[in-house]
Amino acid sequence: MDSVFFRLTLSLYLVATGGFLYFILKRNKKAGIWSHRILILGFVLHTVSLLIEYYRLGAVPCLSFKSSLAFFSWAIVAAYIIFQARFRILVLGSFVVPLSVILMILSSTIPISPVTVRPIFKGLLLPVHVTASLLGDGIFVIAFIAGIMYLIQEHQIKTKRLGAFYARLPSLNILDSINYYAISYGFLLLSIGMITGSIVAQSAHGTYWRWDPKEVWSLLTWLSYAVLLHQRMAVGWRGRRSALMAIGCFFVLIFTFLGVNLLMEGYHSFESLEGKPAP
Amino acid sequence: MIRIVDIGMNHETAPVEVRELLSFGEKDRDKAFHDIQAVKNIKEYLLLSTCNRVEILFTTEREKQVRESVITFLSRVSGIARDELTPLLYIYDDQEAIRHIFRVGASLDSMMLGEPQILGQVKEAYRIAVDTKSSSVILNRLMHRTFSLAKRIRTNTGIAGSAVSISFAAVELAKKIFGDLKGKGVLLMGAGEMAELAATYLLKNKVARILVANRTFSRAVDLAEQFQGSAISFDEIEGQLPGVDIVITSTASPEPIISFDQAKRIMKVRKNRPLFFIDIAVPRNVEPRVNEIGNVFVYDIDDLKGIIDDNVGKRQAEAIKAERMVDEEVLKFSAWLRTLEVVPTIKELQQKCERIFQGELQRTLSGLKDLTPEQRKGFERMAKSITKKLLNDPIVFLKGKGERGSQDLYLDIARKLFNLDGDAREDDE
Repeated sequence: MDSVFFRLTLSLYLVATGGFLYFILKRNKKAGIWSHRILILGFVLHTVSLLIEYYRLGAVPCLSFKSSLAFFSWAIVAAYIIFQARFRILVLGSFVVPLSVILMILSSTIPISPVTVRPIFKGLLLPVHVTASLLGDGIFVIAFIAGIMYLIQEHQIKTKRLGAFYARLPSLNILDSINYYAISYGFLLLSIGMITGSIVAQSAHGTYWRWDPKEVWSLLTWLSYAVLLHQRMAVGWRGRRSALMAIGCFFVLIFTFLGVNLLMEGYHSFESLEGKPAP
Repeated sequence: MIRIVDIGMNHETAPVEVRELLSFGEKDRDKAFHDIQAVKNIKEYLLLSTCNRVEILFTTEREKQVRESVITFLSRVSGIARDELTPLLYIYDDQEAIRHIFRVGASLDSMMLGEPQILGQVKEAYRIAVDTKSSSVILNRLMHRTFSLAKRIRTNTGIAGSAVSISFAAVELAKKIFGDLKGKGVLLMGAGEMAELAATYLLKNKVARILVANRTFSRAVDLAEQFQGSAISFDEIEGQLPGVDIVITSTASPEPIISFDQAKRIMKVRKNRPLFFIDIAVPRNVEPRVNEIGNVFVYDIDDLKGIIDDNVGKRQAEAIKAERMVDEEVLKFSAWLRTLEVVPTIKELQQKCERIFQGELQRTLSGLKDLTPEQRKGFERMAKSITKKLLNDPIVFLKGKGERGSQDLYLDIARKLFNLDGDAREDDE
């Protein structure tokens, strides 16, 4: 059974999702504002539930597929709240919040399995590694969503068919700025996550880098975003190209998050994290 | 029974030559008010006069007579014979009059659906009516309902949502590309009404600077002065393009001025910062292919017209929603109006009972000389509360009927039952 906090969080996120969808459909600003408030309340509860888990386990609650989905969802909402505070476009919530709610629902459908917390999971650096990596991923979700929004809006303006989204989506300039900020900060956090991760690995396994599938794919993700950032800053890529590339990089990231953990073996896979012997 | 009536004409029923004759300026208005006030049996009234419409909204208990007098008044002011004037007028009464004024206020009856000025004009007309004390219970409530409904329609439907003029649509597009227009640079090539209007809107949105290029340099200097910008010669255009964000072209050049290759070069220099061409010229000044370059957006006059047509269609679709809101409000207001009609009967009923009980009380008390003042008060209290309790159910019933239909019948029965008109007995005997 999931904790009360988890269930409360999920309910609040569901209400916020409904509100955000109503907001984008009916363009009812009040619905948007209230959904945002409800979401923040849900986020606070979510944070509390994660902290409780952290103290109970003595390790970051990210050791099973179930808990890492919920943690990822938390990271996405956190990233959304940060970007909402900076750019003030509620419509972002209509795209982002449904996504994080889906992750929460997925997480809630997976039964709780006992986790063995090995000593390596304790300590201060591992939480930094996990939080930075996942928060970075959350911010990349924002870049991905802003990219999709950009493509929709740009397509409408270029083809001169101003459909239902024209009035609902923000200006291209804002969407492009979100892309830029999201990629910069996401990249920074991902870098922190990888560096701290390798330090943890050094202390646990005696080596910084083991060519574990997760590590390899993380490096690929990191490189993809590095290329995108470079193209933006040095070559002057903007708008459509940058949006497309943010979407492309995101697929690499998702594979790193899901595919590697579920399909490949290695010490990052959940089976190994949960303390079961790899098959 | 009191009725609300609206007599008027608008852009659909009367040609501008007639409307002109009846447009009351500030001076004529006082005189007109005076004349309307002189109409016999008119109770409350309001005069709305804009370039597209003239409306006289009033309440009266003698509808037919006042209607004729008002038409006579309009005929006299306009100098048009009654027979000729009448077909140009519309006359609405009761629910139709309520609906009409709601629709006018909400800009559903305007030439350009959803245009914002009309509400201000209606408010001004009401203000004058209040100042001259020609508006009272019914019109006060009607007008306040009109204003709040208009506001609700404006915020809850898209009736005034999208741009319906070329220049405005262009500026709206610019905002969807650049977000904030603050600090953006504008280049105006050629001149013309639409281009200048667009430039004016952009200036209102706080663009940083406007450059003006024209074949005749002196014309460019004139325009630049008008927009607090600076004039440049035609040869300088390519050099300036990297520094501006919005380009409005409307020159008479037979060949495109901005070519695909040139635009590509410029975008390289701009490091792909977005560039928006508003090409109002025919034939076009910007090669259409330029729109294919990333971060460059080209809208020609047909594109903008297409958007406006779509927007007008959108407003019409939204108007359906607005009409439904009007319908609801008309029902609510009519219901309120009907409860108003119950009031005199209820009052008379209360007065009659009061009279009877007071009369009986006095007769009884005059026979009971040795009562203490407390006991007398007790009797009085009893009489009062009997009156109140006895009448409670009938009053609630009548008020309830006021909100539904069949009210006339019950009012009639109540008046007969309690003989409020003082003639029932003679009828029966």
